[in-house]
Amino acid sequence: MEAIIKDMGFIIGTTLMYSTPLMFTSLGGVITERSGVVNIGLEGMMFFGAFVGATVAYYSQSPWLGFVCAGLGGALLGLIHAIACVSFAAEQIVSGIAINFLGSGFALFLSRLFFDGATQTLTIPKKIPLPFSFLFGEGKLFQSAGFMDLVFNRFATVYLAFFLVAVVWFVLYKTKIGMRVQAVGEHPEAADTLGINVYRIRYGAVMTSGFFAGLGGAAMSIAVVSRFSNTLISGHGFIALAAMIFGKWKPQGAMLACLLFGGAKGVEIYLGAKGFPVPSSLLAMLPYILTIIVLVGVVGKTTPPAAIGRIFDKSGK
Amino acid sequence: MTAIDFSQKIVEMIDVVKKFGDFVANDRINLTVHKGEVHSLLGENGAGKTTLVNCLYGLYRPTQGRIRIKGQEVEISDPNAAIQLGIGMVHQHFMLVDTFTVTQNIILGRETTKMMGVLDIARAEKKVAEISERYGLAINPRDKIQDISVGSQQRVEILKALYRGAEILILDEPTAVLTPQEIQELVMIIRNLTQEGKSIIIITHKLHEIKQVADYCTIIRRGKFIDTVEVDKVTEQELASMMVGREVSFAVEKKAQQKGEQILAIQDLVVKDNRGIAAVNGLNLTLHKGEILGIAGVDGNGQSELVEALTGLRKVAGGSITLRGKEITGSKPKEVINRWNIRTIPEDRQKRGLVMEFDVAENLILETYHDTPFSVRGMLNRDKIYAYADHCTQVYDIRPTNPYLTAKSLSGGNQQKVIIAREVSNDPEVLIASQPTRGLDVGAIEYVHTALVNQRDRGKAVLLISFELDEVMNVSDRIAVIFEGKIVGIVDAIGVDENEIGLMMAGGTP
Repeated sequence: MEAIIKDMGFIIGTTLMYSTPLMFTSLGGVITERSGVVNIGLEGMMFFGAFVGATVAYYSQSPWLGFVCAGLGGALLGLIHAIACVSFAAEQIVSGIAINFLGSGFALFLSRLFFDGATQTLTIPKKIPLPFSFLFGEGKLFQSAGFMDLVFNRFATVYLAFFLVAVVWFVLYKTKIGMRVQAVGEHPEAADTLGINVYRIRYGAVMTSGFFAGLGGAAMSIAVVSRFSNTLISGHGFIALAAMIFGKWKPQGAMLACLLFGGAKGVEIYLGAKGFPVPSSLLAMLPYILTIIVLVGVVGKTTPPAAIGRIFDKSGK
Repeated sequence: MTAIDFSQKIVEMIDVVKKFGDFVANDRINLTVHKGEVHSLLGENGAGKTTLVNCLYGLYRPTQGRIRIKGQEVEISDPNAAIQLGIGMVHQHFMLVDTFTVTQNIILGRETTKMMGVLDIARAEKKVAEISERYGLAINPRDKIQDISVGSQQRVEILKALYRGAEILILDEPTAVLTPQEIQELVMIIRNLTQEGKSIIIITHKLHEIKQVADYCTIIRRGKFIDTVEVDKVTEQELASMMVGREVSFAVEKKAQQKGEQILAIQDLVVKDNRGIAAVNGLNLTLHKGEILGIAGVDGNGQSELVEALTGLRKVAGGSITLRGKEITGSKPKEVINRWNIRTIPEDRQKRGLVMEFDVAENLILETYHDTPFSVRGMLNRDKIYAYADHCTQVYDIRPTNPYLTAKSLSGGNQQKVIIAREVSNDPEVLIASQPTRGLDVGAIEYVHTALVNQRDRGKAVLLISFELDEVMNVSDRIAVIFEGKIVGIVDAIGVDENEIGLMMAGGTP
């Protein structure tokens, strides 16, 4: 019985850990798509953020500085995407693909430059802290390596991700700026006739999405693991994108979808650790297979923002 | 009982010129509106009415000329500046966010907030309720736009302008989408607004509405200022002539009807819409040779689904369609066209009627390209195709007479002529005309109506679906009223009472 509870704790804990990077990125996806701009460049932004986060954390010895810089790195790519799609009316998918190549290529280029030609960074000296360790150590309130420890003694980024879900929800639905973002994503012409600057809102939303995706990348490279490597992100950005759609473009929905995908990863790791007689590479496919199944299952029932992917061109009138 | 205060000129547009490249959309137009006045702008499509008001609302900047608001010369650089000056505009295509509530739409851009940009929806709802009560615009501030009627949506648009303190309201084709009852309500609203000292500029090409509601009327023809007249002192006929520049006949000239045998019968037809709801729900209808059967009804009562079922574009969920006693339910579009010879003027000419990137000749043979002489052993015979197109442009008066022009470069009226040429020249047994005059001006409407009547006079059957009650009443021999997917009444067009039909359209019993 105790073993089962501990196993449960392990799975839930791993789920939380792996959902978190997805959640940051997925929230970014919600913000940009609600403003009407498709951003499939989330993967590249996450990739770049993972690299920037680990590199800055390595040199500065400050994981938090690395974390924030990762966000800024993602926002920089977001700016490029916004310039292309918002100002120059480029096809958003094409620009997103370019961003993906740009993000990974640039990160690997810089990695080779900083780390003697390696496509990975060195191990960072300090990871993102575990803010609730004081409750879970030997002789503290809860038993170490018990259920409570496994579930609640997590990196600060885990708590931050859930907090940001609440923040994004509040901003999107309860504030002036959130209402304007939604309006721009649903009916940009209407927003325009009411004197709202559609371009500015979209720039802001796309850059914020980049910032969030960067945070998601860093949550991988400086919390889940302690270095950046070229296989670290491998599709997490796309899974986050799928989670955003599966979550019906809502922050709370995206959160649940990320937990689902994170859960698949948790189960995968658990089964791997238990020596389950399936090759690990097949188990590793679990989250991706789940992505496809889930998306096939819900496509058609979701309504994206009405003006999504549509170019808004004021001068054309 | 007009409320005009002639001592106060609210809007003065003086010698306004707007050019797009070489094209002069507005050529020295003058417009003066007083406080409390309803001023209508009359002109054919493309005459430059909307361009003119867009200059006033800051969406365009005039190339030349001056604008004065309340005697002050102003530069209106964008809609924000217009709003500041007390100008509000209700666009023809509503500028509303469907997923938002009434209140959210109204306050968007001028949100009521508590601290830190947090919305204060309760206060906004109260304010919206206050304004709607004051001007008699019944609305529930909490309803979502997607759940309310088109008439209510229009009231939201008007409230949006009033919320921003508009003194001058521009209404762009406000009645195009309304039922007769809703139009009457709008007239009442306009009267209330002028009593409260608001000035209204109303764009329309419906003459009797101008007679009913406007004090003054400014006529624009091909971008040029023709005249400003006092509405009470002119007839509708005179207004029409000024607008078109020639005499226009309103009455559709028809010979006495030679009604023939029944050709098309629809029985208990059920058709589902995209959401899976029965949009056509047990519809019965018969169509005879030599008649025009008009279907009157408000948009969204199953008209589109009915036409799609008849043309084979949408699955029939129940009931039957028979042509001369032969069951044709579930035929494919190609069978409907080529085998049963049922042809259609579709409601959206740019989406379904024409391939906009194709030229006139190619559009003319969309249904017959595979037949000789246009196609020989799978190869298109371009000489024949263009010779045929030359012939059609002459016979059907498609202008400019150049078969190499793309469909999108033609005016709406001439696009419709291409479709009519294609559909009618194959001598169809049944012609379905869905919204055939939507967005067309008086001259083009006359042309379309004549084409429909010609079909009838040649002993063919015509099914006319239109949201314009006037059109249905003028053109049809019999009128069937559709409501919630059923025919709720069929009346003879001769001696019909508009109110009776209007009531049936809204679901009431006469």
